[in-house]
Amino acid sequence: MRKVLGFAAALLLASNIAAFAFEPGNTECIAPANPGGGWDFTCRQVGKALQDLSIIPGTMQVTNLAGGGGGVAYAEVVNKRNEDLNLIVAASSATATRLAQGAYPGNDMTQVRWIGAVGADYGVIAVAKDSPVQTLPELLDMIKKDPTSVSVAGGSAVGGWDHLKVLLAAKKAGVEDVRSIKYVAFDGGGEAVTQLLAGSVQAFTGDASEAKGFVDSGDIRVISVLAPERLEGDFSSFPTAKEQGIDVIGANWRGFYAPGNMPDDAYNYWVESIGKVYDSKEWKDIMAANGLAPLNLRGTEFQAFVKDSVDSITELSKQIGILK
Amino acid sequence: METLQSLADGFAVALTFENLLLALLGCFLGTIIGALPGLGPSNGVAILIPLAFSLGLQPTPALILLTSVYYGAMYGGRISSILLNIPGDEPALMTTLDGYPMARAGKAGEALAISGIASFVGAFFATWGLVLLAPQLVKVALLFGPAEYFALFALAFATLGGVASRNQAKAAMAAALGLGIATIGVDGQTGVPRFTFGEVHLYDGIDFLVAIVGLFALSEVFIFLEHRASGDASTQKMEIGRITPPLSMLRETAPAMARSTIIGFIAGVLPGAGASLGSFVSYSFEKRLSDKKGTFGKGDPRGVAAPEAGNNAAAGGALVPMLALGVPGSGTTAVLLAMLLALNITPGPLLFQQQPDVVWGLIAALFIGNFMLLAMNLPLVSLFVRVLLVPTRYLMPAVAMISFVGIYGISGSTFDLMVMIVFGVLGWVLRKLDVPLVPVILGVLLGDQMEKNLRRTMTIHDGDWTKLFDSWLAIGLWTFAVVGFILPLIAGRYFRPKLADSNKVEGADPD
Repeated sequence: MRKVLGFAAALLLASNIAAFAFEPGNTECIAPANPGGGWDFTCRQVGKALQDLSIIPGTMQVTNLAGGGGGVAYAEVVNKRNEDLNLIVAASSATATRLAQGAYPGNDMTQVRWIGAVGADYGVIAVAKDSPVQTLPELLDMIKKDPTSVSVAGGSAVGGWDHLKVLLAAKKAGVEDVRSIKYVAFDGGGEAVTQLLAGSVQAFTGDASEAKGFVDSGDIRVISVLAPERLEGDFSSFPTAKEQGIDVIGANWRGFYAPGNMPDDAYNYWVESIGKVYDSKEWKDIMAANGLAPLNLRGTEFQAFVKDSVDSITELSKQIGILK
Repeated sequence: METLQSLADGFAVALTFENLLLALLGCFLGTIIGALPGLGPSNGVAILIPLAFSLGLQPTPALILLTSVYYGAMYGGRISSILLNIPGDEPALMTTLDGYPMARAGKAGEALAISGIASFVGAFFATWGLVLLAPQLVKVALLFGPAEYFALFALAFATLGGVASRNQAKAAMAAALGLGIATIGVDGQTGVPRFTFGEVHLYDGIDFLVAIVGLFALSEVFIFLEHRASGDASTQKMEIGRITPPLSMLRETAPAMARSTIIGFIAGVLPGAGASLGSFVSYSFEKRLSDKKGTFGKGDPRGVAAPEAGNNAAAGGALVPMLALGVPGSGTTAVLLAMLLALNITPGPLLFQQQPDVVWGLIAALFIGNFMLLAMNLPLVSLFVRVLLVPTRYLMPAVAMISFVGIYGISGSTFDLMVMIVFGVLGWVLRKLDVPLVPVILGVLLGDQMEKNLRRTMTIHDGDWTKLFDSWLAIGLWTFAVVGFILPLIAGRYFRPKLADSNKVEGADPD
C-alpha cells in the first residue's frame, strides 16, 4: 500500500514539475567503478564537455560508486535515488551484459530510463604479426576443426562482452558447440594483448581502442573489425567481419541512464543535453583521440537498442550455460 | 648518448617554476596520503585527477603532479607502518615487520630515516632503470606467460616462512585463510559468483585496503579498548631515539638496499605483480640471505631497508610496462594510464618516439620529485615521530576515525565499513591466538592472481599440468621455490636454539 502511495505521490510530484521547464541544479554523474575505468572516463569527459559548452550550470560532480561490476550503483539508483532529477549514470555494453545475465540481483533494465549513447568502441579480433592466420574465416575454421588448437584471450571475464563477441562470430560461422571455444580471461585488454605478443594465446578479442597502440607499432594484425562498415583513420585498412561473410557487429557502446522515476521534462532535458555534447566538435575530437566510433542513439531509440542487446545476450548466455 | 640527450631535454621541460611547484605539491600531498591508513597511492592519484583537470593542466604538468603523488605515497606508507604498526598502504605491509619493533625499541627516528634513504635509493635507481632499460625490459614482460606467473607467485608463497619468525604452522594457516578470502567474488574464468551469498557488494571480492585497515588498524583499536577495560592501559613511554642513522647502520644496510632495488624493480616491471610483491620478495630474500642471528622481525634495520627499497623500486619499474606497453604494472599505474588516455596520449610501443617530450619530461620530474622527497622526509622525521608522543587514548580514536573516513571515502559504501569491522574483529581474534597478520594479507593480495594464472594455464593447455614446467624460466622459478621452501627447514635446526633464548620482544604483531 505504501508503495502505491509513494508511486502516486511521485506521479503527482512529476506532473507538478512538468508544468515548469526543467532547470538543472547541482548535477551529478555516477561512475559505477573506481577512477580509471571506462565508466569513470565517460562521466568525466562528458561532464567536462557539458561544462565547457555551458549546457549545465557549474561543474558536474563525478561520484565513483564501485562494486559488483556496476551492480552496486544500479541498486543505489533504483532503491534510493529513483526520484533524482539531476543524476545520470555512466553505462556501457557491460551494463547490458550483466543485466541480461542477472548479475545485478533483483534488478532489470526496465527500472531505469536510458538516455543515449555517446559513441561506441567496436570490437576487433586480432592475431600476432607472425601468425599464419590471415582472415577471420581462417581462424574460425581452425576452431571448427580442432577447438583445442586456438586459445582466445580477452580483457573481460568469461561471459563478458569480449567473450560474447567471439561466440557471436563463431555461431555465425557455423560452430555448433560454442562452449568448446577456449576463452582465457585476463585483467583488461592490455594484459590480453601482451599475452598474445608473448605467444601464450593465438588470438585476441577486444575493443579497437585497446588494440590501437599495438596496431600502430605493427606488433599485432587485426583480422576483422566487428563494425557495420570500415572504421575511419588508422583502422580503415582492416576488413569488417561482414565483408568476410560473417555478419556480426560487436559494439561496446558507452552511454548513460537516469533514475526510473525521472519525469519526462527532466528526462528530455538530459536526452537533449547529451545529444548536444554528441553533436559538438569537441566531442568529435575526444572520440577520435580515444578510438570511439560514432553511435548516435537517443531517447526511445536508445531504450529500444538496449532492450535488443539485453535480449540477444540473454539468449546467447543460455546457450553457453551461464544462464540456466 | 641519445638517451642522455633526451633526458636533458626532459629536464628542460620539467625545470620550470610551475612544474617544480606542482612536483613539490604532489610530493607533499603524496606523503600525507601514503601515511594515512586506508589511503594508498592509487587513491591518492585518483583523488587528484579532478584537481589536475580543474586546474586545466597540460599533459606534462598533470603527469608531473600525479607521479609526484605516486612516489610521495610510496614514501609516506612507511611512516604509519613504523610508528603505529598499521601499514599506510599495501606495499608498506612488510615494513611493519621490523619497523614497528624498532620503534618500540626506541629507534623510531632511525627506522624512519633509514627507510627514507632506502626509499630514495630504490626509487632513484629504478628511475635510471626506466631511462636506460625501458625498451629492452618490455621483452622481459613478454617472457612471462600464465605458467611463469603462477610459478612466480608459488615462489612468493614458498618463501613465506621468511615472514613469520616464530611459528611456521601458524603463518601457513594465516596464508591459507588469506587465500580463502581471495576466492570471494565472481570467478573471472567461469563467471560464477563464489561465496557472495547473493550480495552484490561481494561480487568484486574483498578490497585489499578494507582488509588491511580492518586487520591492522581496527584490531589495534580493539586491543586498546580491551586493555583499557581491564584497567592495565599501557602507560609505557615511547622513546624517539636519534633521528639520523649512524654511518655504521648505513653501511650495514647498503647491500640490502642494493639487492632489494634490483628485485623490486623486476617485480615492478612484470604486469600484475606490482609493488607489494616487490617488497615482499625483497624482504624474504634479504632475510634468507643475511639473517644469520635471527634478528629479522625483531627490529633489524635491514628488515626496514629491504622492503622500502623494494617497493619504491617497484614503483619505478611499474612505469615501464605502463609507458611502453600500455599495460599497468600496478593499481596506481592503472589509474595513471586512464589519466594518460584522458589527456589524449596513447601509451604503447610507439609512445617514446611519438611523444618524447611527455615521456622524458615525466622521467625528469621523477628524478626531481625523488630528491624533493628525500629532502622533505629526512628533516620531517622529527615531526613524524611526535605521533608516538601522543597518548594512546587520543591516538586510537583518531586511528578509528581515519580508518572509517578513509574507507568510506574510497567506495562511498557503508557495506565496506561493515566488512572492515568484520576484519577488525578477525584481526583481534588472530592476535589473541598469536597468528601473524601479514600472511593473511599476502594471501588476499597474491592469491587472486595466483589462481587466475593457474586457471589460465590450464585453459590454454587443456588441463595438461606438465605445461606448468614447460619453459626454462618456469623451471628456474620452481627451483628457487623448492629450495626456498626446503632450505630453511634444514638450516633452521641450527638456528633455532639460538632463537629460543633471544629477547621477548614479539615480532610481527605484538598483542
